[in-house]
Amino acid sequence: MADNWGFVAVFTLIALGFPILAFAMSWLVRPHRSGPIKNSTYECGLETRGDAWVQFKVQYYLFALIFVVFDIEVAYLYPWAVAYNRLPLFALFEMTIFIGLLAVGLVYAWRKGALKWA
Amino acid sequence: MNPDQSFSPVVATELRELLTNALSSFLPTSLVDPVVNVTIWLVVAVVVLVVVLFSMLYATWLERKIVGRIQDRYGANRVGPFGLLQPFADMIKILIKEDVTPTQAHRWVYNLGSMLIVPPALIVFSVVPVGMGLIPADLSVGVLFFMAVGATAVIPIFMAGWGSRNKYTVIGSMRAVAQIVSYEIPQVLAIVGVLVLAGTLSMQRVVLSQGPIHVEGVPDFPGVWFVFLQPIAFVIFLIATAAEIERTPFDVPEAESEIIAGYHTEYAGIKFGMFYLAIYFLTIAAAAFGTVMFLGGWQPPISQLSFIPGWIWFFGKALLFILLFMWLRGTLPRLRVDQMMEMCWKVLVPVGLANVFTTALVGKLTYEIDASPAMVFFGFALTNVLLLAVAVWLVSRWRSKRSNQGLRFEEPVVTESAV
Repeated sequence: MADNWGFVAVFTLIALGFPILAFAMSWLVRPHRSGPIKNSTYECGLETRGDAWVQFKVQYYLFALIFVVFDIEVAYLYPWAVAYNRLPLFALFEMTIFIGLLAVGLVYAWRKGALKWA
Repeated sequence: MNPDQSFSPVVATELRELLTNALSSFLPTSLVDPVVNVTIWLVVAVVVLVVVLFSMLYATWLERKIVGRIQDRYGANRVGPFGLLQPFADMIKILIKEDVTPTQAHRWVYNLGSMLIVPPALIVFSVVPVGMGLIPADLSVGVLFFMAVGATAVIPIFMAGWGSRNKYTVIGSMRAVAQIVSYEIPQVLAIVGVLVLAGTLSMQRVVLSQGPIHVEGVPDFPGVWFVFLQPIAFVIFLIATAAEIERTPFDVPEAESEIIAGYHTEYAGIKFGMFYLAIYFLTIAAAAFGTVMFLGGWQPPISQLSFIPGWIWFFGKALLFILLFMWLRGTLPRLRVDQMMEMCWKVLVPVGLANVFTTALVGKLTYEIDASPAMVFFGFALTNVLLLAVAVWLVSRWRSKRSNQGLRFEEPVVTESAV
């Protein structure tokens, strides 16, 4: 098993080195002629007005909050799914309660209109 | 056969013997093993990298050809026969393009975003099994590793959009984050249905549990591809995966008719090339993952066909997946952002939760009464029909809600006086 993680470590290093190598190769062969107009913000030929880092629609944050709840639930589902065959029948009822609680949470968010994109 | 032995790469075992013999003549004994290990890892890593890169280059070529044909064009056909050398021409072009860093961008975040987008898309390939014993690293938590590493791709996307400090890129990256994190939930719920039945997180064991080829000591229930026991989960997985890798009809984050190119609007040359690479790597990775989880990986459909090597089955099935994504791209129009988000939370997540629950129920009950395979199939057929009914009800309810809000185009009313 340690062998396997060793490979993952080596492959991660190679994967991190890959873009660096590509950037270096490109730096060697590409032209370097920048200018103020070329480096200006992309817009349809006009000057940009105002900053891009502005306050954003709240809906994105609502979905992010619901996501956090469900993502943690899913993290708990992994070990349950793996051990499932070895668990007694009672584990099924426990899981029903767990999934039920989250389903109630989803219905609540739905009823409150948190899932509406408008 | 010892199950753990059979998982270690066959080629690596021979290479290990060869290297150990060669090195033990001049290296101290304590150093031989680590050196041999690292050498083998490097060789396997380079092989994986080359195979993935080559697949990526020809996936771009295939996509241009297929979408071209769908749109009644030829697609790439100038560089080499049938345009086969086109990917290499593109590669050279991207390398010699001038790099532009916008003055207003946050230089560090902007540059790091384009550098960090590729590694997660590559690292996931280290747990993909291509055949019996042909897996770079058979982690006991392979499925979790794949999902976790794949999910980190959302961070460089947001870094790119925010770091560019351009309105289009910020909108694109906000959309991308919302879409990717939302669709992760139904994707994982679909996977959990499979994991409940397979009872393992190792990619190789998931493959072994769904085909005619067995290894002594490894559970082989149910012995068929999971797509037959979990068809609804498979459809959820397909939709969620298309959204995760931002392919049409879910390419809202880079909707070119509204926000230029989304989060990578400000990137040029090699930095854009990194995003292009990563999207195709992720497409191939998703195809490989879907093949492993639902289509039996490298297992042949019936034991009579097991004379064909596993890697041919694997690449054939993965190619089918990729072709399906390309077909969808050529056929479907882009969804609106509100349709996309509500589709996820109001249809896919409830159905996915119901699928996990019913799978656990049927799995446990059939196990408790020691049911025959026919009864297991019947149970899953029944629950999937029920789930389909729930899904249809949810979709119809959702659609009628929307049309009541007047979001559909109304027929123009022609009055007497106007005529």
